[in-house]
Amino acid sequence: MADRELTFEIFRYNPARPEIKPHMQTYKLKETTGMTIFVALNMIREQQDPSLMFDFVCRAAICGSCAMIINGRPKLACKTLTNTLPKKIKLFPLPVFKLIGDLSVDTGTWFRNLSLKTESWVHTGKTFDSAKQEEHMDNKTALEIYEAERCIECGCCISGCATANIRDEFLGAAGINRVARFMVDPRDERTPEQYFEIVGCEEGTFGCMGLMACDDNCPMELPLQMQLAFVRRKMASIGLGIKQESKIKMGIG
Amino acid sequence: MSIYQTHITDVLIVGAGLAGERIAVEAASAGHDVTLLSLVPPRRSHSTAAQGGMQASLGNCAMGEGDNSDVHFADTVKGSDWGCDQEVARLFVENAPLAVREMAIWGVPWNRVVAGQRKLPDGRMLEEKKEKEGLITARDFGGTAKWRTCYTADGTGHTLLYTMDSMVIKMGITVHDRTEAISLIHDGEQCIGVVARCLRTGDLRVYIAKTTVICTGGYGRLYSASTNAVINEGNGMFVALNTGIIPLGNMEAVQFHPTGMVPVWILITEGARGDGGYLLDKNKYRFMPDYEPKKKELASRDVVSRRMTQHIRAGHGVDSPYGPHLWLDIRHLGAQHINTNLREIANIARNFAGVDPVKDLIPVRPTQHYSMGGVRTNKDGAAYGLKNLFAAGEAACWDLHGFNRLGGNSLAETITAGRIIGKKVAEYTKDATLSYSYKLVDDAVKEQENRIKALVHGWNGKENVYDVRNEMEKNLMDYVGIFRNGTDLQKAVDNLREVYHRSLKIGLESNGEGPNPELAQALRMTGMVRLALCIAYGALTRTESRGSHAREDYPKRDDTNWLKRTLAYWPQDADLPELKYEPVKITELPPGDRGYGESSAQSKGGK
Repeated sequence: MADRELTFEIFRYNPARPEIKPHMQTYKLKETTGMTIFVALNMIREQQDPSLMFDFVCRAAICGSCAMIINGRPKLACKTLTNTLPKKIKLFPLPVFKLIGDLSVDTGTWFRNLSLKTESWVHTGKTFDSAKQEEHMDNKTALEIYEAERCIECGCCISGCATANIRDEFLGAAGINRVARFMVDPRDERTPEQYFEIVGCEEGTFGCMGLMACDDNCPMELPLQMQLAFVRRKMASIGLGIKQESKIKMGIG
Repeated sequence: MSIYQTHITDVLIVGAGLAGERIAVEAASAGHDVTLLSLVPPRRSHSTAAQGGMQASLGNCAMGEGDNSDVHFADTVKGSDWGCDQEVARLFVENAPLAVREMAIWGVPWNRVVAGQRKLPDGRMLEEKKEKEGLITARDFGGTAKWRTCYTADGTGHTLLYTMDSMVIKMGITVHDRTEAISLIHDGEQCIGVVARCLRTGDLRVYIAKTTVICTGGYGRLYSASTNAVINEGNGMFVALNTGIIPLGNMEAVQFHPTGMVPVWILITEGARGDGGYLLDKNKYRFMPDYEPKKKELASRDVVSRRMTQHIRAGHGVDSPYGPHLWLDIRHLGAQHINTNLREIANIARNFAGVDPVKDLIPVRPTQHYSMGGVRTNKDGAAYGLKNLFAAGEAACWDLHGFNRLGGNSLAETITAGRIIGKKVAEYTKDATLSYSYKLVDDAVKEQENRIKALVHGWNGKENVYDVRNEMEKNLMDYVGIFRNGTDLQKAVDNLREVYHRSLKIGLESNGEGPNPELAQALRMTGMVRLALCIAYGALTRTESRGSHAREDYPKRDDTNWLKRTLAYWPQDADLPELKYEPVKITELPPGDRGYGESSAQSKGGK
């Protein structure tokens, strides 16, 4: 692996210069030990092309900013080592999200809209009383909520999803997982019928074609396929007027 | 006249991490119109990276029994090496439990007490009481007398930030993400908002507010090796400093962590050494016992960092394209232990350095971790120097941490300070009126437009922004690190002054059009070098060792001469900060022995 010369083909487009059509630009770089796409892109920007646009924040697979299409698959660039790739590396911005420029896309607006549509906050009539001790909660429940909340909104599931690519309003796996997170939270007082209003539709869980690329592409390895099954079954039973089975469990094992 | 969008709001908050969002929620709850500016979508803020937890003396778990705000107070003051403001520390410890419980109502899935017996890794047995089952539990952290750090698995920052942001969304608070404040608008007495650059289009915008709050986090990225997110460039601190009126407090207080992984500087937690990991040099020699025969790799964080740096300086580091480093060896712990008990570390090593710690060594080096210094405020969070301006979180020197922050007190600060200062901001704004001159605003925009034109056209010179940046990073890393001495610090100050003059002559190589990243960096560069000089010059002048500030030539804490806080100002046309000092407020706990570390055993006099 050592001493490889890598060839990066990178998608270029600057909306401030619409007369220059989207195109691919080639950069060459000598591979170093432990090199990630994060390291490589920064080297290219600092040494070859300071106008190159891309996003990184935590560079540690915690924040979700650096997802892009790497040799055809949506991945986090920060944790993609170049030595796992052939010497020719093609980089595209994520589809579905609005392009800001080059490899940078607007996930912030998309995900805020998702939060609004799914009303992603604990719906409760209780208010904080500073004189009171906290309410008790089973630790297993706390861990179950955390498991569903681990999504970092990177957008890999959305970009890899056939439905999301053709249907603007589709919530995708990130949205359905978000709903599941509140369904398992006993502090959220919404009824199954209220959840049905949010995800019991073509834009929600019934829009999924079952191709499961979301599950394949999730860098956090969230059990999206199981979450989907969990929410879908709950919604189907409500839609069909079947009495809510308390036995339907989340798929996080 | 320039053409730009203007946004008017009651409360403008620059930075949408935990501190900024908590203040936004408080101010919006009081009925104010609030706007949050953020470099990135709020949930990408660096707050999300905090894994460990936040300190609050709930005293629910067995090892936390008997904990209370007095014990938390004493730990915090000792941790700060008596550098903190004790009035602030008291306020903080009293409010932290409320902040934690409130987050539970809002949706944070805190880990809970599980009743019954369990065995700790060191063989001790403990029993959690039945009546405490289901209450918020806590884990152990360094420098605390009790287990006090509340957590959600290893994603505490993530769950706190997502919950806080869900409150912001629920309340309909305006958020402009991908927006960077590049200067404060003020008339020498009052702040009336900011000039900002839209990072989607590159356009300039004006934000006018009755009250402006800086919550932009730390400056870790001034150093070439930092555990911080790449957005932590000290923006809020230097836009404040650039006014010439607002001082920064204790900028020389910089915390290092021993084991940042090379070359991505992601933290490898102390757990690796706690479980028996060794540090090795380029000859695969275990050097720590030579320096610290008793505690070896498990001496305190600052001590291990200092020994590693000393060893690298003596020429025993491993050469790499990213500079010399040392090795962390956990191979002898065996595959099973590594893949279960140290799974996170193993994954980080595999994903980010491409090494498998079951058979490979992990490259590590002491790494910048936290900035105790920042925009100096009073206990209400009001900034010194300008009316209508507040600051909170890592961007501020409120001053809870003094010269050393305890683990678990940073997340706790963001939310607790946000709660306390948010109330003050809301009260202040209620009585405030908005009056400003149009010319003041227009001049402020013109100044930024001229800066941009000069950078794009290279009117002041053709210095490369990344060269300037690398030079700044290297000087801080090499000469203003974990170990400090007069000779090196003088070198840093001299070199950084040159770097400063180069930063004034930056010219872009690209055209600067649209959301151009080179322009964004160039606009920050002079401010960043000013911060670097505040750190270096403050450290050179402070002739003692206190907390994280370790002077080889003045190894003892000197309460007689240095029980005071540094205030760094940047006068117009200067190439060095002007340093002033104010006394540290001691209200309850007089200076004494911390009970650990080497600088404070004798606390009187200088050398």
